[in-house]
Formats: sequence, structure tokens, C-alpha cells
Amino acid sequence: MAKQAPDFANRPDNTAFTQQRLPAWQPMLSAGIVIPGFVLIGLAFIGIGVALLVTSQSIQVFEMDYTGVGNNHPCFHCSDPKPKPCVCKLNFTIDFFLKGPVFFYYGLSNYFQNYRKYSVSKDDDQLSGNLKNFESPSDTCSPYQRDNNKPIVPCGSIANSMFNDTFKLYQNVNATMKPVNFDGKGIAWWTDYNIKYRNPDTTPLRNAFNNTVKPIFWPVPAYELDPKDPANNGFINQNFLVWMRTAALPDFRKLYARINDPPYAEGLPAGSYMLEIQYNYPVLAFGGTKKVVFSNVSWMGGKNDFLGIAYLVIGTLCVLMSIVMLIVYAKFKFPEED
Amino acid sequence: MSFFGVERVRKKERELERKLRANDREFNLPFKYATNGIKTSKYNPFTFLPLNLFEQFQRIANAYFLFLLVLQVIPQISSLSWFTTVVPLVLVLTVTAAKDATDDLNRHRSDNQVNNRKVDVLIDRKLRSEKWMDVQVGDIIKLENNQFVTADLLLLSSSEPLNLVYIETAELDGETNLKVRQALTVTGDLGEDVEKLADFNGEVRCEPPNNRLDRFTGTLTHAGQKYPLDNEKILLRGCTLRNTGWCFGLVLFGGPETKLMQNCGKSTFKRTSIDRLMNVLVLCIFGFLAFMCVILAIGNCLWELKAGSQFTVFLPRQDGNSAGFSAFLTFWSYVIILNTVVPISLYVSVEIIRLGNSFYIDWDRKMYHPRNDTPAEARTTTLNEELGQIKYVFSDKTGTLTQNIMTFNKCSINGKSYGDVFDYAGQRLDITEHTDPVDFSFNPLADPRFVFHDHALVEAVKLENPEVHAFFRLLALCHTVMAEEKKEGELSYQAQSPDEGALVTAARNFGFVFRSRTPDSVSIVEMGEQRRYELLAILDFNNVRKRMSVIVRSPEGKLRLYCKGADTIVYERLHQSCGKLMDVTTEHMNEFAGEGLRTLALAYRDLDQEYFSQWKQRHHEVSTSLDDRDGRLDELYEEIETDLQLLGATAIEDKLQDGVPQTIEQLAKADIKVWVLTGDKQETAENIGYSCNLLREEMNEVFVLSGNSPEDVRRELRNALSSMKPAGDSTVLPDEAVNGEYGLVVNGHSLGYPLERSMELDFLRTACMCKAVICCRVTPLQKAQVVELVEEYKQAVTLAIGDGANDVSMIKAAHIGVGISGQEGMQAVLSSDYSFAQFRFLQRLLLVHGRWSYLRMCKFLRYFFYKNFTFTFVHFWYAFFCGFSAQTVYDEWFITLYNLVYTALPVLGMSLFDQDVNDKWSFQHPELYLPGQLNLYFSKKAFFKCALHSCYSSLVLFFIPYAAMHDTVRADGKDVADYQSFALLTQTCLLFTVTIQLGLEMSYWTAVNTLFVVGSLVMYFAVTFTMYSNGMFLALPSAFPFVGTARNSLNQPNIWLTILLTSILCVLPVVTCRFLFIQLCPTINDKVMLKVRQAKTKDPPLPRRARIRRTSSRRSGYAFSHAQGYGDLVTSGRFLRRPAPSRSSGLAHAGRSTTSFSPMGRSAGYSPTGRPQNAKVQDVEVTSLQMYRSVRDPAL
Repeated sequence: MAKQAPDFANRPDNTAFTQQRLPAWQPMLSAGIVIPGFVLIGLAFIGIGVALLVTSQSIQVFEMDYTGVGNNHPCFHCSDPKPKPCVCKLNFTIDFFLKGPVFFYYGLSNYFQNYRKYSVSKDDDQLSGNLKNFESPSDTCSPYQRDNNKPIVPCGSIANSMFNDTFKLYQNVNATMKPVNFDGKGIAWWTDYNIKYRNPDTTPLRNAFNNTVKPIFWPVPAYELDPKDPANNGFINQNFLVWMRTAALPDFRKLYARINDPPYAEGLPAGSYMLEIQYNYPVLAFGGTKKVVFSNVSWMGGKNDFLGIAYLVIGTLCVLMSIVMLIVYAKFKFPEED
Repeated sequence: MSFFGVERVRKKERELERKLRANDREFNLPFKYATNGIKTSKYNPFTFLPLNLFEQFQRIANAYFLFLLVLQVIPQISSLSWFTTVVPLVLVLTVTAAKDATDDLNRHRSDNQVNNRKVDVLIDRKLRSEKWMDVQVGDIIKLENNQFVTADLLLLSSSEPLNLVYIETAELDGETNLKVRQALTVTGDLGEDVEKLADFNGEVRCEPPNNRLDRFTGTLTHAGQKYPLDNEKILLRGCTLRNTGWCFGLVLFGGPETKLMQNCGKSTFKRTSIDRLMNVLVLCIFGFLAFMCVILAIGNCLWELKAGSQFTVFLPRQDGNSAGFSAFLTFWSYVIILNTVVPISLYVSVEIIRLGNSFYIDWDRKMYHPRNDTPAEARTTTLNEELGQIKYVFSDKTGTLTQNIMTFNKCSINGKSYGDVFDYAGQRLDITEHTDPVDFSFNPLADPRFVFHDHALVEAVKLENPEVHAFFRLLALCHTVMAEEKKEGELSYQAQSPDEGALVTAARNFGFVFRSRTPDSVSIVEMGEQRRYELLAILDFNNVRKRMSVIVRSPEGKLRLYCKGADTIVYERLHQSCGKLMDVTTEHMNEFAGEGLRTLALAYRDLDQEYFSQWKQRHHEVSTSLDDRDGRLDELYEEIETDLQLLGATAIEDKLQDGVPQTIEQLAKADIKVWVLTGDKQETAENIGYSCNLLREEMNEVFVLSGNSPEDVRRELRNALSSMKPAGDSTVLPDEAVNGEYGLVVNGHSLGYPLERSMELDFLRTACMCKAVICCRVTPLQKAQVVELVEEYKQAVTLAIGDGANDVSMIKAAHIGVGISGQEGMQAVLSSDYSFAQFRFLQRLLLVHGRWSYLRMCKFLRYFFYKNFTFTFVHFWYAFFCGFSAQTVYDEWFITLYNLVYTALPVLGMSLFDQDVNDKWSFQHPELYLPGQLNLYFSKKAFFKCALHSCYSSLVLFFIPYAAMHDTVRADGKDVADYQSFALLTQTCLLFTVTIQLGLEMSYWTAVNTLFVVGSLVMYFAVTFTMYSNGMFLALPSAFPFVGTARNSLNQPNIWLTILLTSILCVLPVVTCRFLFIQLCPTINDKVMLKVRQAKTKDPPLPRRARIRRTSSRRSGYAFSHAQGYGDLVTSGRFLRRPAPSRSSGLAHAGRSTTSFSPMGRSAGYSPTGRPQNAKVQDVEVTSLQMYRSVRDPAL
């Protein structure tokens, strides 16, 4: 029976951590922080909102539907899928100077590129130039994996349904049609063009595609997508890349070309224009629409009033709330004693 | 150990009777009795994996994930890659398996250690040292002093006279006083003779293995004779042999069939109320998940019919065009996608948090008791948050509230009060450690541990004040204490009740040293002079008499009766000449009682020889008469105990554990109800109730239930009820309002009735309306019943705290069991969930650790559900824009890592470090504990709020990016509204939102928290950029298809502006609501936090800790706490000085003496200082017990 424990062998360590005494910052939602905070946030948001809205307002957009609904629409005769190819010519007038650089987009609506089975229907290995997957495309490509037991390259629904309308723009200058050059280069992400999609190293490219078939809906095989520029073929065709970057939402627009050849690099002058459309892509069957968009951009991207308005509204609400809170605080702040 | 770890031989049928023959393994073998090896481990290396996995998949969450995994393998359904499920599942399984493996390894280790202990076994007519596990039923084994009993044995013979052995049962029931077992004479005669023992071939038939420690029935057949066997002849495994040279025993039950093993392992698995709530919630979540999936499946069906069927140009359907089938598949696909509402990582995180918070308890220096080097210990790591919700505390008294140490504090002698210390101005001083104690060096026999502070009393003794001398002479003579003098001058007393010990020790120090006694004399040293008093009679104590007297003849030949007893009783028997003295003494006793001291009145009477001889004659007649002996003895005692002369009164302090009154006060402030359940008598319990502030003088009334029949008790209950609630509305509400403060004292014999079905509601209602409840004379079973009663009807969380084996049942019954450790007996600690050394640590355990744990757990759960719901609901909204096709909004890697990496550490950090106010403020404001009792922090309502909040956040998180992105492009005109960019944007918004939300929840930002929060965000970007990097893509193109997304979209200002907008919009309403709530209806936490803030210091002002001093008119009934029957032993009964006389004569009575001895269990170890006699002492000194060994002395 020891009178005094000889040592305190079991005594816990005296550290800030074990004794839960770690120094800490203990913030509190006090009036001194919340109310000025709200005012500051509110003012900042209003500022950002104004800037965004002004920017957005300065962006010019010109868009036209060319689905061809209605008898008197110039593309009506093309909306019936049977006679192919079909060309329709769209005359239009721009009332203002569309400041350059101008981007030309095509847009689809009610088109579910984000449908899961659609968006997984591709073979990333194949698209990165892996020849093994030329012979046996991944199962994800189903039902466009094989055609008559021959592998489809590029396989899958996304590639198969590639948008294939083509556009040519002319400016009507004193009744003569002056072509406006579309630049189809540099419309895809750098990473897509250089990393994600790669043609096999085989030269010429077409040899790689031996024993494969083109996607069912395609009029030409992948290595002949751009007859004018041999470098713009295969999986790194720019329009193909743009299409393969599937849209997040069912209404989307995709970049078709940039207008940056003089004299239109400065912008499209006001006047009348004619858009010649090779109308191939059927959308009426699923209730979709097609449109074209001319637009310029700013530092904040394309035209979008929502962001600016949202900032303004929330900023204003913040300021209002801070006033309400101030009143509440002054009137009801809870008794400090007790 | 069997190979496959399955129960070895499943008992073919239930054993009805055990039959065995000594020394005959062949005979015993066919019965297949268990050998003495024990196995508490669950696995071996081969069975670990399958068994452990099997066990783990019995958990619903794990099974659910396995099911998900199966779903994901079906290509038509699979909406997520397999790794999204496998990674978390494997992680969870591994962590749990690792924990189970270490636990089992420890069990293996302890099993091995026990199984390989050595014991001497009689094999082939020789004693051989064998391992414990090789001992078999029917073997005869030899035990030596201080050895553990190997198995359940039938005692055959021992080294001690009368075949007695002494055992300590601390491991079994926690009691450290020695108990006696005695062998049958027929076997006892075998002695130590190995040849004879080897020839012994007795057959035993006895009960089958069971867990009753106090009962055994069987017969021994030997040489054609049958001998009954009972518990007195059995040594149970777990006991320790003490003070006995050796003994032989016959193994009856081995290993798993021993009563010790049958008693353990059944401990029920305790779950917290949060656990139960979570189970309900998880079920709700499952329902909700199914509901969402049904909606989406219907949506899919409609979409297929309306839009999908036309869209087949670009996406032909393989599986036919049936919209119904598609909807069916969609349902399962969404079950996979939305699985994050049932978060598997939740369970793991909860366990980690509980473990962490348990470590804090182990580490807490403020719950460490230096005197016996005992830290607090969280023995269960799964109950922490329940500590923050306790509503009822059931406490044992002795050893828990009190130290079971009595000190002689004050006395009143002949109208003068001693014991207080005054300064020069005549002001009474508080006695502290620094007060100068009285120097007893004049007395060589003084007990050095005895402390007294009033020098006046010593002066009075030295001045040979006759009353003072008479006073102490009485104390030295009138008792039943046994003295032992191992070395000259080193006295030690064995008192049956600590009160008596304290009184005799006081007398010893003041110069009246009780030295030794024989059956008919008492030797004392009076002021250095040895005197021998002839002990003529002991008029023993009992519950009715409430006093004891001795009649002695002094060396001078004077006859005197000394009496001590309850004041009321003694006063009735005083001579009228003491009237004046009575008044003064009464006043003093009132004063003593007011300080919570137990008082005794002392008186004497001079007898003349003639009267006494005549009385003695009658006494002899009565004590040999057969009818109504007790009644007639009482009358006789009554007769002689009259016309007493009052000497004075003693005041004994039943020392409370440190800080008990303050703790109880704190608990009361936290609205925790404390019920004391004690085996002690009503008076003692009540007295302690007062001294530890449980019962208070200011209470309107203290009801006492002591009826002897159901009707009486019912009437008493009714009366109590009606006086507490005069308005007789009988609506039973959870907690009824009461007009005042009341207390309730229930007696054990009455408690039986309220615990029956018919009355339990009435009882509970009454009891819960009282501020304090004390139940006395309760059995261990009743303790558990009371706890269960409260649990059943009050739906409240209960905690039981105790130190002894008799508390085990209540500790197991309560939601939380707390054992007082570092004392004798481990049983309570072993079955407890938490253990610490002092009752006062309870307030820290509850008000600090419990409250924090609860707060942290609730914050964690609220936040965890929020972050997972928010995460998941976004998918739900997206479904409406992707044709209900089970398209995910986020990158699959993000889905995999969201819970495991990106959000795991910040929330863990919060739930390990968060505190609203520090511990000192928690003590300052015990009312902070209230929200826990009311389940305010996490309940179904809070959960619903979380879900709504998530709903809002997810709407913002989906539609703001939607609106901001749907028709916009990058600043270079390229795509940014593509699926991958959108996914990145949404997940980044989500992560910012939940992180900011966490910041709002967190009220205690340590460096670690900040590191975790910032680190997780940094980690997110690091991982994202890595996963989306060229290198990863080139290595595995199909696993990392998001290449370049981060670079291309996160450099756009409008992306960042969207992130900012979304995060702020998610958080602002929360801040606004909280701020307004704090202003308009602040919670108690808000108030205290503001107070802390205003105080601008870390520590609260020191509380005015006025010493609690009551002015009370109440006084204790009497101070004896021992049972009757002891005095009998001392004088007339079997009394013996070593060595023992002949064996035969003692036999008939030895049995009785042992049975009559252990009624109070733990009173044997008396020690006047703070140190209880240590249970772990290896060589136990001879106790009083052994002095009672046998022999009838026909003196009277």
C-alpha cells in the first residue's frame, strides 16, 4: 500500500491539443460584422452587376431561325427530308455595324446531346488514335459500333449524328454577291485539337481506315471531311471537334466559323446579306429547330444579361436586408443582462 | 481452438445435470464437458476475411453499397463507373476490418496469457504443473496462497483448520472483504496426502452450467454416502485464494462453463439515441430516394413517349421502344446516381468522431485523480454524444458520493462543544488543510492518521476533566471493534461499521486506547495506564433499539452501563436530573446536524451489584428460552437502560467525496435529476442527501414512502401527489409543473410495490415531480428496475454511476454506465462505459465532454446531410434537362472523391475541435446543457430543415450556372456551355458553397481547421487540374475524358463570377436568418457566447464559492450503519484466538458464523484516512474474520 503514488505514470499529457485548449478564432454573427458586410457585398455586387450589364448590352447578336417551318420560309422546301441535297438561300439585312471579330454559330434546340446513352456513345481511345480500337471499337459505341460486322470509325452516336449543314455567306453589294470568308480554323479547344483527339500516325491517313466503315449517316469518311485542307481531316477536323464537345443542355449553339478575313475582320457593315445553306440535317422529326447566330464577344464571353441582372438584384437585396437587419438590431437586440 | 472458429461442439442437447467422477478422465470424457481453455477471440487467420466481411455486410449501409455495386455492373442500368462505389466501399471495409483485427488480436493475446497460466494438477498420482487450458473436469488441482482459482472447484481440503479457505471475490462481485469457504469433513480429511487424494473417486452430480454466482446445488457421493453440496463449498473461477497455505479442489466446470465466463459476454450493445434516430432517418432517406427515383422514372417514361421516341434518328433504342422498360431501367440508374443521399462515409466519420472525442476524455487532466494515479477512461467509444443528453443520473451512495470514511469531527461533552477552531477575535474559522492540527505525540499509541483541530479538547483530557474522561472511556469500551496488535504499539482496528471505527480511533488518540478484548474482558490503556475491564454483557444494537450498551466492571470493581445511541432514543431513557444538560447538548447536536454530521448521544449508568446479578440471572434464563427470545430480551434490555446520565454527543462526518455538493448543484442547474439508489438505511441515506445538497432544508416537503403493503404505498403516493399538485387535474404530461420543491425518500421494502405494473406510473409521476429522489435499502435488481422504469416511460437518457458490484446491474441497464475506478473492486468499472476516480468528474464528463460531443455530433450530422443532399439534389434538377437519362451533373471522379477527399477533413476537423464556449464558461452556465436533453440540435425537425436548406442550395447551384451559361461562350468565342465545362462549373460552385457553409457552422477556428478547410479547396484544384491534365489523359484516355476542361473554363471571368454569385446566393439567406434569429429569439448558446464575447476574456469570473453551510434543525437519527448480530459474536458466541482449537467442535457453527458475517459487504475495510484499503495488496493481513473462527465458549 503505497502512501503516495511514486510517480504519475498515468497522468495525461498537458498539451493544448489533449486538453482542448488550442488557440482559436471564434467568429460570431454579430451586428458589427453582418450589417457592414451586407452593405459591402451589396455595393460590390451592384458594381459588378452594372459592369456586366453594360458589357452584355454592348455585345451585338444577330440570329435567324432556318428550320423552315411555314410555307413562305425560304428553307421550307428543304425541311422535307427527301430531296437531298437541298440548298436554301436566306436573305437578310443587318441594320447596324456588327463589330468584329464576328463569330458565326449554328444552334439546335430540343436536341439532347446530354442524354446519357448519347453522350457516352463514343470511344475515347479510338478518337485519340489508338489503332486497336479501330479494329474493335468499345462497347460504349453501341449501337454504332459495327456496320455489317465492320468496325465503324469514328464509332458511336455522337460522331454518327455530326451536324452536316454547311453555310456560305455573301454580302449584297449593289446586287452583286460578295462572298464573306468563313474561317473554320481555331474554333475548337486547343486541348481537344492537340491532346484529346489525334489521328493515327499512319500516312496517308486513309490507310488507317482500311477495313473500317464510315459512320452510317456520313456522306464521306472521316479522312475526307475537308477536301480543301488535308490537315483538317480525320479526328482533328475542327467541326468534328466542336460537335464532339457535347452540349450540357438541350438548347445549344456551336461555333461554326470566325469571320476574320479583311475587309470583314473589322466587322460586318450594315446592309443586306445572303446565307447559302446546304440543308442536310433533319431536326423537325424530333421537334427541334435550327438557327444561325452572328455575334461578337467581350471579356465576359457572349451576350448574357442574366448574370448582370442577377448581380444587380442580389446586390440590391443585400443592401435592403442590411437595412432591415439594422432596424431589427436597433429595436430588438436581445437584452444583455440575464 | 477449432480450425474454423465455429463453436466447437455445439452442445448436442441442453445439459440437464452434470455428472462427474474425480480422478477419472475416462469416465468424464463421454460427456464432452468443456475443458478449461477459454476463447473470447472471434477469428483466426483463415476465418478472419470471410467472417469479418460477412459481419460487415450485415450492416445495412454496407449491404446497400454492395447492392449498388451489383447494379452498376449491369450495363443497361449502370449510370456511374464502378469505381465510384468501390473506392469508398473498400475504404470503409478496410478501416473497419483493421479495427476488428486489432481488437481480436488483443483478445487472442489475453486468452493466451490466461490459458497458459500454470497450476498443479494431480495426474497419475503425482502433482504436475499444467497449463490452465489443459485442466479438465474431474481433475484435482492444488492451489496456493494468492493464486487465482483456475476453474469452478469443489473444495476438498485446505491447510487451515476446519478445512476453511479464505477467498477474495473482487473480480466476481467487487467485494474485497474475505469470504470463507469450507470443505466437507469427509474430503477435508484427505488433507495434503497425494496418495489419498489420488484414490479419491467421489462422484458429483450437480446443476448444469449457469451464471448464478450465489447459488449452487449438487451432491457428492463417496464411499456409498451422499453429501449435499452448496455454494459454501465451491470456489469460483475469478476468486483469489487469501491467507490460506494451500487447498485442493475438484474441477466441476471448466473454461467457458464457469460461472465467471457465463456471466460475461452478454453485455448488451448500447446504442445512442442519435443512432436510433439515424436509423429512422436512413429509412426515411431510403423512402425519399425511392420517391425521387419514381418521379424521375415517370418523367423518363413521359419523355420517352413525347420526345425520345422522335429523337431515335440520332439515338436509336436497342431495347425496343418500350417507354415503360426504359423507365424501369431509369429507376435503377437513378438509384445509383442518387445513392449519395445515403452516405456510407457517414458511418465511418461518426465512428471516427466518437473515437476522437473519447480520446479527449482519456486525455483530460482535469479528470485525472493524482492520489491513485487514475485517469478517466472512455471504455466505450460509441456513446459520447449521449453524454450531452443525460436527463437522469442514478447514483450509488457509498463509495460514490461518500468515501465510506468516517471521521470524528466534533463532540459535545457535558454541555461544552469541541471541534471548532476560533481565531483570537472569537470568529469561527473554516478548517482547511493549513489549520494547525492537534499534536498527539503525548500518546505513543495514537493513530498518526487521525486529525483533530480543536486544542481545547486535548487540554481538557490532560486536565483530567472527569466527564471528558468518562466520555472517551465510553467510546473505548462500548463497541464491537476488534483490535489487532501485530507489533508492540501498532494497533489496527477491524470495525464492522466505519462509524464505530472512527469513534474508537478518536478515543484512542485522546488517550483511551482500546487494546484488546477477550470474550469477557476489554483491555484499554487509559492515559498511559493499562486497565482491564470485565465485560459483563453487550446489549447489542439493532434497528429497533437504535442503541447499544455494554455493562462492564472496572478494575476497581465498579459496575457501569455505557450506552450510545440515537439521540431521541437515548434522551427518552435519561434521568430527569440531566434536563439542563439535555437542552445544551440538543443545541449542539442541532448545530452538528446542520453541518451534515451524524450524531450519537452518549450516556452511562452506575449499577449496583445486587440488581445486576438479579438481572443477569433473568438474562440467562431468557437467552436460553425458546419462545419469543428476542422480544423478551428487548424488554430486559429496556429495563436496565433507564435512568441514564447524559455524557455528551459525538458528531461524525460521513466524508463525502470531494466536490460532491457542488457537483450535484451544478447538475441540478443543468436540469439533470439525480436519484440516489443505495443499499444503505433510510436515515443514513437521508442524511447524506442533506449533506450533499440533494435534499434541502428549503424544500416544501420531503415525502417518505415506507409503507409495508401495496395499499399503504399507494396511499402515500396519492398523498404526495395531491400535496404537490393541489389542483387535481390528472393529465399525465412528460414533465409536470410543480408548485415548489419536493424531495422523495423511498424505502427498499416499499419500493417493491411501485415497481409492479399497477403502480409504477403513479410512482414515476410522483418521483419525477420531485427535485430529488432517494431510494434506500434497494437490492441490485431493484436498482436496475428503477433505471429501466425511467427509461421506459420517460424516454429520457439515463446515466448510472457506482463503484461496487451491486451497481453493475444498474450500470448495465442505464444508457450510460459510469464506474468509479481506482478503488477496491473492478466489477463496476469492468461493466461501465466510462470510468473515473471521483464523483465530481461527472460534471466535467457531462457538462463539458458530453455537451461538446453532442454539439459536435449534431453539427456534424446536420452539415453532413446538408452537403450530401445538396450534392445529390442537383442531379435531380438536371434530370429535367437531360431527358431523365440518369446523366450525372458532375465528373465521375468528383463523385468518387467528394465525400472522401474534398469534404471529409474540414467537417472532421469541425467535429473534433468545435466548441461554442470553453470549459470554464460551460461550468459557469450549466443551463447550456439543456438543449441536449431536449434533442434540440439534431432531431427530425432539424433534419427536415437540412433537407429544405439543401433543396434551396441545390436549386441555386443548378439554375444559376444554367442561366449564366446556357447561351454564352468563352471570351474567344469558343464553347463553354458544353457538358464538361458545365460539370466543372457546378461542382466547383458546390464545393465553394459547402465549404463556406462549413465556415458558417464552425465556431472554433483552430489552425488545424483552417488548414483543413483551405487545404481541401487547394486539394480540390490540385486534384482537378491533375486529373484533367494531358498526362493523365494520355495514360488512360477513357478514364480521364475531361482533359483540358479546367484550363479552358477556369480562365474565364464569367465562370468565376458565376461561382461567386452562386456561393454568395447560397449563403446569404442563411446568414440573414441566423442573424435575425439571434436578435429576435436568441438561444441560450447565443446568449452565453455574446456574454463571453463581451467579457473579452477567455475565462469567466471566478464563481463565489461560498462554503455550503446549512442551518438546519434536522439531525440524524443515529449513526450506526452496521447490521445487528455482531455483538453476539463478540461476547457469547464463537470466539477464538489463534491457533484454532480442535476441529470437531467448531464444525457445527462455522457455517453460521460465515453466513452471518457478510451482510454489509464492504464495511470491513475501515481506514480513517482518505486511502481505502487497497484491493491489490498481495498479502492480505489477517482480518477480523479469522478471529471469529469457531468454538463455542459457554461463558454465559
